[in-house]
Amino acid sequence: MAEADARTGSGPAPVEVRGLVKRYGELAAVAGIDLTVHAGDVYGYLGPNGAGKTTCLRMMLGLIRPTEGTVRLFGRDPQESAQALDGVAGFVEAPTFYPYLNGRRNLELLAAFDGEDARTRIDEALDTVELAHRAKDRVGGYSHGMRQRLGIAAALLRNPKLLLLDEPATGLDPAGMRDMRLLIRRLADQGITVMLSSHLLAEVEELCNRVAIVRTGRIVYEGAISELKRTAGATYRLSTTDDERALAVCRAQPGVSDARVVQGRIAFTADDAAVAELSQALVEAGALIRILAPEHVTLEDLFFSLTEGDGAASAEAPAVVAG
Amino acid sequence: MSAVAQPAGGVSERTRSRPGVGAVYRWELFKLRFQKRTYLGLGASALVPIIFVVAIQFRHHRDNGGDFAFASYLTKSGLVVPLVILLFGAVWMFPLITALVAGDIFASEDHNGTLKTVLTRSLERWQIFAGKALAAATYAVVAIAINGTVAVVAGCLESGFNSVQTLTGTIVSAPKGLELVYLSLLFYLIPIATVVCIGLMLSTITRNSAAAVVGTLMVSLLFQLIGILPGLGATQPYLLSTQFNAWQGLLRQPIDWSPIIRAVWVCALYGVPALGTAFLVFLRRDVAGG
Ligand SMILES: Nc1ncnc2c1ncn2[C@@H]1O[C@H](COP(=O)(O)OP(=O)(O)O)[C@@H](O)[C@H]1O
Ligand SMILES: [Mg+2]
Repeated sequence: MAEADARTGSGPAPVEVRGLVKRYGELAAVAGIDLTVHAGDVYGYLGPNGAGKTTCLRMMLGLIRPTEGTVRLFGRDPQESAQALDGVAGFVEAPTFYPYLNGRRNLELLAAFDGEDARTRIDEALDTVELAHRAKDRVGGYSHGMRQRLGIAAALLRNPKLLLLDEPATGLDPAGMRDMRLLIRRLADQGITVMLSSHLLAEVEELCNRVAIVRTGRIVYEGAISELKRTAGATYRLSTTDDERALAVCRAQPGVSDARVVQGRIAFTADDAAVAELSQALVEAGALIRILAPEHVTLEDLFFSLTEGDGAASAEAPAVVAG
Repeated sequence: MSAVAQPAGGVSERTRSRPGVGAVYRWELFKLRFQKRTYLGLGASALVPIIFVVAIQFRHHRDNGGDFAFASYLTKSGLVVPLVILLFGAVWMFPLITALVAGDIFASEDHNGTLKTVLTRSLERWQIFAGKALAAATYAVVAIAINGTVAVVAGCLESGFNSVQTLTGTIVSAPKGLELVYLSLLFYLIPIATVVCIGLMLSTITRNSAAAVVGTLMVSLLFQLIGILPGLGATQPYLLSTQFNAWQGLLRQPIDWSPIIRAVWVCALYGVPALGTAFLVFLRRDVAGG
């Protein structure tokens, strides 16, 4: 917890997950997750279908019991008491409501279950998700997108400091997805800490400042999005007047790693500063640069290399857990 | 981990007005008003006495020296009608009407996938359980009350608000008879409460409304089967089905309390473990799906 205090300076972190495991028979849906979401983060929990995202969020909301490990929300255990959910709201999978009640009645019911002044926020919440005009219709007749938005409205009744959202934009049409992301962005800008799961890299890249990439119940990358991007763009291709000498220079150069010849050109990994120094060293060594270009390893490539294959990919990926 | 209860980051720690069982109870009753099965059950409760009275009218001129305790009194006082319905309703009607809601009240949340929605608010699981159990019980009470009242009204319109002959042969006045009818209804609620508990248990275990309703009915019928099996006669006093007749002790003079007292503990013997099971299953279960 010292970590949380160091980052935010105030109280326990919104989310602290330690050694979390959920087994269904032989299958470990969640196989040992550690993560911390700090106040103000928009934290992406990214992974392909079946990676265990929903299962993890269910444990975080106290809906299912972990086989092992602990969850703390603002320092409190959701397995112990619903009081751990004070200031916390969200949903797993598609949000559900009583189909025979209208949207407003559903919110009234949930507000009654929230206590406090939740009831006074119903109108505002309906406005925020642009459902005020359909609030008198039975939820049974709502589209998936409307239910998804009603789910957000229901979460807002709790005046949350932390939102836990499970694939909030999944299943929506492109406009619905855009609106959902704008809404989440807006809520985050209001100071709500958000943890959202997604199987779409672009969504996480657009919304989140931090990300955990999960694969079959394990985190294969955890860190800042900016760090991930840097990692993704850090491979360079080099062609010089004297590639033999250049390769030797690359291998000797501090900050440059993994130098090798690929398809007749030199490839290496380095950060921006090291590349600048390398170019000077090459000139001094008499290997004049013809081409020095960042290889286009996109986040997409990195994501797939982390989440697909036989597991070797994740092992070889650079900086598997960066900060 | 130093998960001490210190002021949480960003979460206001002023004393919250926490919701309780009352909120769950009120909203469960509200939800029942929007469900067909509620009206099916209450409708049947109201309709059966009316149909019954109409049927008596048709049979009026035939020999109605029937084979049950109150047959010969039926046409003498309308107050006998609710009692006869209690007698026959015990076989399957009241268990079914009761199970219709008790068996559904948890299973429907599974069906709609709404358990996760209500469990991620500010209520503890036990509060949700208590509110729902109370609502199911309330519905059963209302069903019995409607049934009894409609039977009294329909019966008295047909046969008159007359004095009643008790099982020991004495005659009690009509007002006293009415009092006995409602006391009987009250004690009828003891086995009904057990049916509620069994319904709640099957509702939480099966997570399937139809299975829980049918299952509850099956349990009731099974008790009656045991009661009529040869060689099992000795079990009779301890069967759930027998407790549905406990109220008949009221119709003796002096009142015979022994069957009523037995009903209380026999019903507790079945009901409390069923309710406890339902409670533990609900408290401990994983809420996935939906
Ligand atoms: N209740 C359950 N019983 C058995 N297996 C489950 C259950 N819930 C999830 N799983 C399995 O756990 C794995 C992770 O599922 P899930 O958490 O839903 O993944 P995601 O949300 O990332 O798509 C899947 O293989 C799924 O089949
Ligand atoms: Mg999922």
